[in-house]
Amino acid sequence: MERGIVFAIKRGAIHDGSGIRTTVFLKGCPLNCLWCHNPEGKDPNPVLSTVRQRCIGCGACVAACLNGAVSMRDGYPETDRSRCTACGTCVAVCPTGARAILGKEYGVNELLFHIERDRVFFETSEGGVTFSGGEPLYQPDFLLSCLRACKAAGLHTALDTAGYAPKETVLQVAQYTDLFLFDLKDMDPERHRENCGVPLEPILENLRALDEAEAEVWIRIPLIPGVNCDEATIDAYIRFLSGLKRRHPVFLLPYHPVGEEKYRRLDLPYPLQGLEPPSGERVEEIRAAFSAAGFRVRVGG
Amino acid sequence: MTERVRRLRERSLEATPTLSAERALIVTEFYKENLGKYPPPIMRALAFKELCERKAIYIGEDELIVGERGPGPKQVPTYPELCCHSLEDLEILDSREKTAYRVPEEVYEAYRREIIPFWRGRSLRDKIFDALPPKWHDCYEAGIFTEFMEQRAPGHTAGDGKLFHMGLLDFKEKIAASLARLDYERDPDAPRKRAELIAMDIAADALITYARRHAALARSLAERTPDPRRKRELLRIAEVCEWVPAHAPRDFWEALQAYWFYHLGVIMELNGWDAFNPGHLDQHLFPFYERDIREGRLTREGAKELLSCFWIKFNNQPAPPKVGVTAAESATYNDFVNINLGGLTPDGRDGSNEVSYLILEVADELHLLQPQLNVQVSRVTPDELLLAAARLIRKGYGYPSMFNADCVAEELLRQGKSIEDAREGGTSGCVETGAFGKEAYILSGYLNLPKILEITLNNGHDPRTGKIIGLETGDPRDFEGFEELFSAWERQLEHFVGIKIQGNAIVQGFYAEEMPAPFLSILIDDCIEKGKDYNAGGARYNTTYIQGVGIGTLTDSLSALKHHVFEWGTIPMGELLEALRADFRGREALRQVLLNRTPRYGNDDDRADELMQRAFVAFFRAVEGRPAPRGGTYHIDLLPTTVHIYFGQVTGATPDGRRAGTPLSEGISPVQGADRNGPTAVIRSAAKMDHAKTGGTLLNMKFSPMALEGEEGLRKFVALIRTYFRLGGHHVQFNVVSAEVLREAQERPEEHRGLLVRVAGYTDYFCDLSRELQEEIISRTEHELL
Repeated sequence: MERGIVFAIKRGAIHDGSGIRTTVFLKGCPLNCLWCHNPEGKDPNPVLSTVRQRCIGCGACVAACLNGAVSMRDGYPETDRSRCTACGTCVAVCPTGARAILGKEYGVNELLFHIERDRVFFETSEGGVTFSGGEPLYQPDFLLSCLRACKAAGLHTALDTAGYAPKETVLQVAQYTDLFLFDLKDMDPERHRENCGVPLEPILENLRALDEAEAEVWIRIPLIPGVNCDEATIDAYIRFLSGLKRRHPVFLLPYHPVGEEKYRRLDLPYPLQGLEPPSGERVEEIRAAFSAAGFRVRVGG
Repeated sequence: MTERVRRLRERSLEATPTLSAERALIVTEFYKENLGKYPPPIMRALAFKELCERKAIYIGEDELIVGERGPGPKQVPTYPELCCHSLEDLEILDSREKTAYRVPEEVYEAYRREIIPFWRGRSLRDKIFDALPPKWHDCYEAGIFTEFMEQRAPGHTAGDGKLFHMGLLDFKEKIAASLARLDYERDPDAPRKRAELIAMDIAADALITYARRHAALARSLAERTPDPRRKRELLRIAEVCEWVPAHAPRDFWEALQAYWFYHLGVIMELNGWDAFNPGHLDQHLFPFYERDIREGRLTREGAKELLSCFWIKFNNQPAPPKVGVTAAESATYNDFVNINLGGLTPDGRDGSNEVSYLILEVADELHLLQPQLNVQVSRVTPDELLLAAARLIRKGYGYPSMFNADCVAEELLRQGKSIEDAREGGTSGCVETGAFGKEAYILSGYLNLPKILEITLNNGHDPRTGKIIGLETGDPRDFEGFEELFSAWERQLEHFVGIKIQGNAIVQGFYAEEMPAPFLSILIDDCIEKGKDYNAGGARYNTTYIQGVGIGTLTDSLSALKHHVFEWGTIPMGELLEALRADFRGREALRQVLLNRTPRYGNDDDRADELMQRAFVAFFRAVEGRPAPRGGTYHIDLLPTTVHIYFGQVTGATPDGRRAGTPLSEGISPVQGADRNGPTAVIRSAAKMDHAKTGGTLLNMKFSPMALEGEEGLRKFVALIRTYFRLGGHHVQFNVVSAEVLREAQERPEEHRGLLVRVAGYTDYFCDLSRELQEEIISRTEHELL
């Protein structure tokens, strides 16, 4: 059986598709979006995270680190990331849980065991399992095995994806996926490549293919001020989505600087320092534009 | 809301809870003159009659439903025959910060001159405390258990459908028939029964008199009012009060007024716990509502206005004043009237109807402290009712609470009730299961489960009071394994339950012999048939509950001991005991390990949840099925009201990392902040308890308003409730997280570790966020809560 790297299993998720769900976050992502709010999902390998608010400064991690990567500075253990191997020795001795390794290897059955714990909630709420990330398609074989196993277990499956993968993979996965939460980050090819690190066209191509295949798709659009909130871009979204066979429902996700906290936990610089969320009026205008074009549209996940 | 209702509501909100000496003076005067002349039931009935004939009658401006327990709204009587407050008690009541009662000078004066001199040494409380053995007092002072009936009468019951299709004259006929059946030659108890039945008959007449005094006052006010509309209303009030409660109500208005008189009768007679309760009010009212609407006598709006007037009446009756431990265990003005909506009909169909929705609307518009409201959710209950309830919960009112009607029926069936009686039953007070109209289900006191572990870890010794109150089960440092520890705790548990039960027999014996409740006895089957008082076992079913508290704290503590000390060997017992003794001073890292690296209840982690199940079974076995006073049986409940705070104050540091003096876990909820896997894991953990073997469990969950957004959010919320009930849970209530709670979480993060918030695109633990972000979320929450 395949094994994969998972960085979180979140139970009782109510914003990741229909009903009450368990969301499995797979590690690794080919995109590198400036506004990414799951930066711990980008790196395909396990990574150390430290929550400053929990730390009591006991220094157990300093003593435990095998690589001399942790040292006390002003009562707080700072980690030299260049020397950290994410071995987890410091995590084992941390009394507060301030330190954690994000990313753990799972087999398919082990993962299914965790997912199935909430089966009764799925059944009552018409929920199920959602694979998210990172980018779940980044671990295609593992994802496929997981989806197959979930379908065999009679679970509703959803995939939260940015759609950047070979078309065959996407279509293969689609056979075991009941719902796609398809992120469409931008409509300007150049800007897309610049801000997300990959070309837009294969993503659109995959969305068209899913549409053709009559997959159930919810479009998710992050609204990033100064990037994709202008009228021309919104028009481009509407034009493209209107050109599909089906009018897929649209979810608008206004940017929020909440992700900043997560960068701090990984000792990463926050790329959008100081960027303000879009104004309520602008979000409403965008919502109205989609609505006028005949889309079912909702603000929020 | 109509203008009238708005004004009545304002007046109810503005009124200050104030002690009134009216009742105490009337009762004292009566007892002074008549002490020793009559057997206790007749004495009580005559005192009740005296009250009904002499107390001031109040009909407020704008009122449609009339009658107050005291001389006016929020004027609270006292019950010196049960608990005679000292002048110091009165001063405390008058000046304490929370749940204060204003005490006017004339009340002090009445107590000084009349009430204290007569009742000192004669009040039931004084006699009870004198009669209880020293070991009981030691445990009580140590905070092992509380005693519900040291200041308040048993009560703890609810009315059923008969109150809405019978009048007191019908009850009098039943009393007469029962009197006629007495066989003085063959039944040696016949004279006692006769006295009891005569007492009931006197009490029935007394309440009719009381109602007719309202009719008379309404007529005289009608004569004097210049306003023709108010004149018509007052004449209608007079007509209603002349008819009910003597006769069965004929319409919606009379049904409400009839119940209100019964309610007043019960709470004037004694200060029983949880006041009284109309039970399945929507089911009882619906036939009147339907007929009045059909016949054009009533509109939907008119029904709502009457219901609103009725609702406000409950809010006008703050709980009788409590002092000492009883005040600590139930620190609230709420007197726990808990109205049941939905549920099942006696023949097993969906009990919800249009009145259920009307009541939800009224509760929403009025937004009062009392009465409380709950929805009984059965498998046959439509989602529509749950959605309507969820819309209210989302506003952060804290009600309605949600109950599993199928589980409630299962509990009652397990206890031996007939299926019809079980379905007409429900829950009252906080979460207590009972066969409405047919059962005396008396809560006798809370039991401090974690404190018993503390005593076990100290070999029978209580570190706080310095006394040996438990068994000498051995020095825990010598225990060879977890099993030895657990069985020591079990033995201590049985020991303390035994002492509690001995005390209960004494306390309830006093009520049976000296403090009968003939009026309440009229209303509860089969007191009339048996010729036996409610307080003496006259009810068809008799239950005494002992309520376990702190099972979350206990479980996590057991888990810490089992895993760190015995299984992993990472913390030696001696070191842990020293850390507990020092309240973790200088041992913060150890405390953090206990808090963060112990399998804890509330996370769907079987390592912890199995310990919860074992502790539950031990508690169940220690209590369940033992013979109780009044010919009844003992059962268990798991609920705390506010006692988890008091019990926390008297309990030292616990092995789960809890500091000495801080609150215990509440109800069957996980320890504050221990649940870190979200709401489904909490529900799965809590559902591992065998709820059907209890008479009620209380689960409190917190929700961020963001989680309940939109119709979609509401449906998922309803699904969450349904799932808990599918899994066999008894009750769940929701606190929608307010900005206030978030601020508290900033101050005391450790109690709120599991608090999830969602901002944009993902959910995170509030306490793990930076201060700036926390501030941001607080301001959003303030904005979003209605």
